[in-house]
Parts: sequence; C-alpha cells; structure tokens
Amino acid sequence: MIKINYENTRELQKNKEKMVLEVRDLHVTFKTYGGTVQAVRGVSFDVYQGETLAIVGESGCGKSVTSSAIMGLIPTPPGEITKGQVIFKGKELTRLSKKELRKIRGSDISMIFQDPMTALNPTLTVEEQLTEGIKQHKSISSAEAKKKAIEMMKLVGIPNPTERMKQYPHQFSGGMRQRIVIAIALMCEPELLIADEPTTALDVTIQAQILELFEEIQEKTGVAIILITHDLGVVAKIADRIAVMYAGKIIESGTKREIFYKPNHPYTQGLLHSVPRLDLKGKALEPIEGTPPDLFAPPAGCPFTARCPHAMEVCEKVMPRSESLSSTHSVDCWLLDERAEGMRLA
Amino acid sequence: MAKYIIKRFFMMVITVLVIATLTFFLMHAIPGSPFNEERGTNEAVQANLEAFYGLDEPLYVQYGMYLKRIATFDFGPSIKNPTQSVNDLLSRGFPISFELGMITIIVALVSGIILGVVAALRHNGIIDYVAMTVAVLGISIPNFVLATLIIQKFAVDWQLLPAATWSSPAHMVLPTLALATGPMAIIARLTRSSMLEVLTQDYIKMAKAKGLSPLKIVFKHALRNALMPVVTILGTLLAGILTGTFVIEKIFAIPGMGKYFVESINNRDYPVIMGTTVFYSTILVFMLFLVDIAYSLLDPRIKLAAKGGE
Repeated sequence: MIKINYENTRELQKNKEKMVLEVRDLHVTFKTYGGTVQAVRGVSFDVYQGETLAIVGESGCGKSVTSSAIMGLIPTPPGEITKGQVIFKGKELTRLSKKELRKIRGSDISMIFQDPMTALNPTLTVEEQLTEGIKQHKSISSAEAKKKAIEMMKLVGIPNPTERMKQYPHQFSGGMRQRIVIAIALMCEPELLIADEPTTALDVTIQAQILELFEEIQEKTGVAIILITHDLGVVAKIADRIAVMYAGKIIESGTKREIFYKPNHPYTQGLLHSVPRLDLKGKALEPIEGTPPDLFAPPAGCPFTARCPHAMEVCEKVMPRSESLSSTHSVDCWLLDERAEGMRLA
Repeated sequence: MAKYIIKRFFMMVITVLVIATLTFFLMHAIPGSPFNEERGTNEAVQANLEAFYGLDEPLYVQYGMYLKRIATFDFGPSIKNPTQSVNDLLSRGFPISFELGMITIIVALVSGIILGVVAALRHNGIIDYVAMTVAVLGISIPNFVLATLIIQKFAVDWQLLPAATWSSPAHMVLPTLALATGPMAIIARLTRSSMLEVLTQDYIKMAKAKGLSPLKIVFKHALRNALMPVVTILGTLLAGILTGTFVIEKIFAIPGMGKYFVESINNRDYPVIMGTTVFYSTILVFMLFLVDIAYSLLDPRIKLAAKGGE
C-alpha cells in the first residue's frame, strides 16, 4: 500500500544551493564472456543536503551499479565507468586516484548494504567494526573512537551500547544488525549516505522502524540520503524526490507528489498500478507485461517500447528527449512531445 | 569450556586406549617373535628370554602388563638394544622429530597461506597460475621422491647444502623442504579457494566502503574468515607430517623417533613398538584437540561446549 507522508515532503528550494552530489551522464559497462553489458547508460541527477533521493526500478535496471559507481566500488575489470562525471562537493570522483578515493569513501560518503546478516564480519566484535573506519580517516584516539561508537549506538537505538559493543554480530537480531550497519555508516559524520535496499532483507515491522530511524537521523544530522529500492512503499514513506530507472536510464524524475500523483511515463504508471492497494480489494494486480530489454544490445529508441501500451513508431527508433514538466519533474517520453498531442492519454 | 575440556580429555584417553589395544593385538597377530631369527637360537635360551620379557604368559596377561606400562608411561627396556629403555629412546629421538615436525608445519603454514592469499588476490593472473601449478606439483610428488631429488641437486650437484644429518640450521633446510612441500601445497590451494569465496562476501564490500586500505581488508577482514577450512585440515596435515617424518628421517639420516619406530616393527621389538605408537597417538590426539580450540579462537560463533549445552 502506498501512503504518502506529507509532512516529509520538504521544501526542496530551500536547500537548492547546497548541492552535495552531482552525477552527469554516467555510463558504466561490464565486460563479460557473452559481450559487454551496458548497465548504466547516461544517468544524471543531483542530491541536495538534507534530502532523500529515491532511485526506484526493477532488478537489473542499474540502480545498484549507479550507487557502486558513486562509491568508486565498481570492480575494474570487468566493470568500467566509460563516460560521465560524479562530482561530490566540487570534486570529480571518477578522476581521483584509488588512495584519494579511499579518503572520501566511508568518511564523506557512506554506504549501507542490503543484507545486515552478511554485511558484518562474523569474526570481529561490533566495537572493532564501528571504530576501524573512524580510526582510519581521522586522527583520533581509541578512547575517543569508542566514545563516538557508543554515541552512534545510542543514536540508532541499541540499548546498553557499552556492553553490547563487545559482542559479535551473531549475537544480534537482523533489525539490530541493520542498526549497527547504519551506526557504522554514520561514524564519520558523512554528508552523503547511500542506502542500497536497506530494508529489503528485514521483516515489515522492523522495516518501519529502520525507515523511521533514517528520518530521525536525517533530522539530526542533515545528511543527504540516496535510497536505492524497488519498494514503492518505502519510497512513499521517506523519499523527497524520486528518480525512476529503467534499463540503465532515468526515465522519469520528480518530487514524491509529482511521481505518485502525476506519473507521466508509461513505465512509472505501470509500476504504480502493479502495487497492491487496500482500496482496490478483490481486483487482480496489473503487472507490466513483458521483460526489460537485453542490456548486451540495448535498443536505439526508448527501452520501454516493447512493453509500452502507447508505443509509437518513433519510440522504437529514437530515444526521447527529456521533457520538463516543472522545475523538478522531468520525463523521457515521446508522448510528451508537442507533435504527439493526439496520442496522449486522457 | 572447562566442561568441554574435561570431556575431551576423557575422549582422548579412550582414543589412545583403543589405538594401543589395536596395536597390541595386531602386533601379536603377526607371526614370529623378537627372538625368532633365521639362524635360530638355542631353545632354552629363547625360553629364558621370553620368560624375562613376559612373552611366555598368555596374551591377556601380557595385555594387562602392557596397559599397566602405558598407565605408568614406563615401557621397559628395548628387546633389540637391552641397554636402553624405550623411554630413553623416546626422550632422545622425540626432541629432534618434534623440531623437524614443528619447523615443517610452520614453514608449510606460513608459505602456504601467503601463496594462497597472493594467488587469490591475483585471481586468474600469472601469479595465480604459477602458484597453483607449483601447488599441484607439490601435492602430486611424494616427499621421498622430492627428498632424493633435492639431495641430488642441492647437496650433490651444486654443493650448496649438507645432504644429511641434523646438526645445524643449514642441515635443516633440505629435510624441511622435502617434508613441507606437500602440506604447503594443500594449504595454498585451500587458502586460495576459501579466500576467493570470502572476498565476494558483503562484509568485504562493506570494509571497502569504509575506505580501509587493501592490506587491512585482506588481513583483518578476509584472511581470518578464510582460514577456517585450513584449520580443519590442519589436524590431518599434522598426522601426515608426523608420519612423514619416518621416511624423511630415514632418507636424511636424522636421529629422530622415526628410525626407532620403523626398525622396531622390523625387529618385532614389542616394547619399542608399543612405546612409539602410544607416544605418537597421544601427541596426535592432543594436536587435534588444539585444532578444535583454535576454531573457537578464530570464529566466535563456534562455542566449545559439551553435548547438551553449557
């Protein structure tokens, strides 16, 4: 079910001047035995201080690859950023050396992984895993690092932090482990937090708690969050802006209200239709028919053509331009071209 | 933990007892006796000798005497060299064998792990292929073949190192090399494959995302997890090295325990067979116990507890 949290839709304009991350025309490819996969094909977006940008899309659309590319964690080879820029506070990350990148990674940009059951090292104590990052990045004594760790454990809501820090990951439940993972990500007070499906591996009640924790942390620290997910319920709860990805491209982006109430791309509309809803009880779900295109040989035109109920001749041949519907809302679809007036939906 | 150790101790005693019993009956199942030689001794003399060593008693009485000797750890005099007690032989030979065994296992562990880690980090690179080719060779070539080969090359042809005996560090190089190559190769292959598996784990990705240096990621986060399978086979490898020392000691004329062990079987020297077997099995069982303890040190998820919990 999608429930929109109005209080959370912040005035974006206020923070406009404080851009944290700028991604421009990012292309990432992976060389495999079967050929070259074009996983990300020209992705651009901005992230501002204190906001949550959700990147939404189905499996294999390139959302996780995009986040890895920002972190500089694309395994090279086989992966490669072939084109584009990732600019973090004025610094071009794709041009930095490995060593310079390591200084930013974990310190200014942190990452939260999907599965808390495997993201923590089973053989090290929680304390060790909390403090090793900050010890690496900042000249700080062990005692200070420990104090900071206790503070973070409190912030993410783990009771008895002093005692529990001495324990190993297997002594914590899944939800608690995800809290620890979040605490680790926050240790160095990052300006950008990339959360790659942070609630997918958790059960529903824990999901809600973790999402609330994200909101609380953002309130307290003003950290910008990129939330990678395929769960529209999660998006509805905490996102400020949404970018919808399909076949390695962002096909529609806008504020939460724009995407949920005025979706313009047929794919976004399809996504929203395929979510189970309480008020449409008894009706069958409407799936999007077909499968995403093969990224070994992506189509020349709009990648959604084959599955699109409104596909036109031009869609197959030429990639649509980005059409701006408002200062925040843009859509890559031929239906919005002025020449397609008559084809548009009622 | 204490409960576990006590339980393990009793298990160890039972294991050694079973080994000792099997050895005893196998030993007596082989036809002949220590005094049964081709040239034939005077019958009266033979009877006297057998009476002296208690060999004229029925088997169950001998078994009882044997158990008593094990319990007191006094195996009496050797039959072949009556001037020496078995305990003398052990206390003279064991330190040398132990030294050879320990140096070997350390060399095998250190070089095997390094080789495995490097191969895993350079996965499918030239270093990986070279290391794994060396490893396959190491596993395939028996240590006695390798021993004769390196004696020929290093000692005879190139005159770099002494060919035999055990008196200075230089003397230790060739026997250690011969004995350590096999276990090293096994450890290297195992370390490589488990490193490759561990390196794809999420917590390694997370360590990278923390901005840790590659060295820290490998040694702090990956290696410890990758070593579990290595620890598992360490017990078997130790057994292999201990028994391997018999052959290597023979080839390199090292005055360790192996020599007495092999000779005693040929000579039907019952007290020496008994003594060395019980001694070896005690050490081996103890080593396996240490390996189990090492598990719990490496992985906090493994708790040592007697059956039914703590």
